[in-house]
Amino acid sequence: MTPAAPQDAVIRVENLKTGFGDFIVHENVSFEVRRGEVFAILGGSGCGKTVLLKHMIGLYRPLAGRVLIAGEDIAAAEGERRLAILRRLGVMYQLGALFGNMTLAENIRLPLEEYTDLPDEAMDLIAETKLRLVNLGGAGHLTPSEISGGMMKRAAIARALALDPEIVFLDEPAGGLDPITSAELDELVLRLSDSLGITFVVITHELPSIFAIADRCIMLDKRVRGIIAEGRPADLRDHSPDPRVRQFFNRAASAPAAAA
Amino acid sequence: MATLALNESAGGATLALAGRLDAYSVGALWREARAALGAHPGAPVTVDCSGVDYCDGAGVGLLLELLRQPRAAGADVRIEGLAERFRRLLDQFDPKSFAAAAPAAPRVSLVERVGIAGERIWTDLRGLVAFLGEATAALFHALRHPRMLRWRDILYVAEEAGVNALPIVLLIGFLMGVILAFQSAIAMKQFGAEIFVANLLSLSILRELGPLMTAILLAGRSGAAFAAEIGTMKVNQEIDALTTMGLDPVKFLVVTRVLAATAMTVPLVVFSDLIGLVGGALVMLTFEIPIATYYKQAMSFATLGDFTGGLAKAAVFGVLIAGIGCLRGLQTETGASAVGIAATSAVVSGIILIVFVDGVFAVVYYYLGI
Ligand SMILES: Nc1ncnc2c1ncn2[C@@H]1O[C@H](COP(=O)(O)OP(=O)(O)O)[C@@H](O)[C@H]1O
Ligand SMILES: [Mg+2]
Repeated sequence: MTPAAPQDAVIRVENLKTGFGDFIVHENVSFEVRRGEVFAILGGSGCGKTVLLKHMIGLYRPLAGRVLIAGEDIAAAEGERRLAILRRLGVMYQLGALFGNMTLAENIRLPLEEYTDLPDEAMDLIAETKLRLVNLGGAGHLTPSEISGGMMKRAAIARALALDPEIVFLDEPAGGLDPITSAELDELVLRLSDSLGITFVVITHELPSIFAIADRCIMLDKRVRGIIAEGRPADLRDHSPDPRVRQFFNRAASAPAAAA
Repeated sequence: MATLALNESAGGATLALAGRLDAYSVGALWREARAALGAHPGAPVTVDCSGVDYCDGAGVGLLLELLRQPRAAGADVRIEGLAERFRRLLDQFDPKSFAAAAPAAPRVSLVERVGIAGERIWTDLRGLVAFLGEATAALFHALRHPRMLRWRDILYVAEEAGVNALPIVLLIGFLMGVILAFQSAIAMKQFGAEIFVANLLSLSILRELGPLMTAILLAGRSGAAFAAEIGTMKVNQEIDALTTMGLDPVKFLVVTRVLAATAMTVPLVVFSDLIGLVGGALVMLTFEIPIATYYKQAMSFATLGDFTGGLAKAAVFGVLIAGIGCLRGLQTETGASAVGIAATSAVVSGIILIVFVDGVFAVVYYYLGI
């Protein structure tokens, strides 16, 4: 693959430094996500994947550095400009964050109601198609308290896709899902990325899923407070000089050297 | 942007869609497309999508809407010219499996609604009684084993519900004394009977208004807080976690709150009584009645029984308010709005209970001659 031209980068993270008070989570993190690719963020629990994602969608302000979405600094944008950026994004939060006093269908309808002039029956139909995409067809009348954790994740994904945004962020979409549903989810991501050119930024631990969908990935590390590897998953598995990275991809419990 | 054009011919009609079909553009076409289809109920309709250069979930929704309409035999709707990559998105769905229109929710008659409401009140009352029993048992158990109580939690609640409520209780108590004294003194002055304002104030504040106002404030502050706290714990499954650890939520959460709130209600009422009488005394000064005279008049009229009777009532109010707050919290259903409902209901049912029990006390005191 030829190196991407700068205009291909739909998200650019430049020298990002993040943290809470004195507690620094990331230092000097830079990478870019190219238009239309499926980009995976990997790393151990607590290494700052969710925090990085929340900076990419403008929920937190960086301590230093910046995040550009299609060339616009998301933390600096305000008012209409910020809204215009946010409309290009769909986000599925790690815990779902579905609105508890609405049914699943109403959760999905909310962005449609607020941002489009679709007639009622159109919104109902589109909400139902989104639910079917994540295997929740016919469950639109249930409220979040009436469904399982895995269903909650899938409904949250459906809501993130409601407007078919340009960039979709998924925070551990496969956590708590059975392998079959998880594989179907991978197919959905690939189909949407091929057909509509949607860019996906996915936080995940599922090795099969990483190899199936990710064009490129970065791996974060807690001690380094930043990226320890970047590239295509298969390349990293086979050729990374870093034993931690090879260990992750080969799923070894200890360093490969220790294995017989 | 997307456009729509209708071409009619002898063999049927062609609906030509073109441009970008997404959630922002499809809305404008939706009705028009449906109408075009409806205008040709008996003839085949071809939807020509060769001019479509983008078609996302909303565009697919429009095509599904056209395909799912029930049509006469030989009058099918066909999609043509849709690019392969969009076709894949459309082919994920079977159009006929989407019901044309969802049936409206069945209407509930007035009689049914009255029945449902009655049933709900009845179960609520039963729940109240069951909870009362459970809480009383837990309370007595706690009083017999004071070492097992979580004193740190109790002190925390006592500070939150008691000490921090003092400023507002003082403010309202003072205001009540001032207003009551002022309004009644104006009327009594016509008869030269201002001095009897002291009787009126001491009796009404000590017996009724002090405990009542304090209890209502407590219901608004702490009853709501207890319901919201416990309700949020319920929503977050923290109550379940307690239960599976073998810790009874009633013992763990309710007893601490009820004990602390009750213990704090009594001193709060003492403060409220005092500041109310002080407020009255200040007003009487402006009517040229010295404080000493006012004091003597009040003391000669009100009895210790009035004062302690008020305090006993206050203690009962404290139990009720804290108890109903906790009960509403434990009854919280799921979702963020459920916590709001629990807090509202805690305040409303708390105040209703206060009024009801106050009436009971009035009758009981009357027969006891207090
Ligand atoms: N709002 C916050 N305030 C303080 N620390 C936080 C906050 N959110 C996350 N952290 C800390 O940042 C680190 C990274 O968290 P997170 O990004 O959620 O991890 P993960 O990689 O598992 O998603 C953790 O050590 C966590 O304790
Ligand atoms: Mg996380």
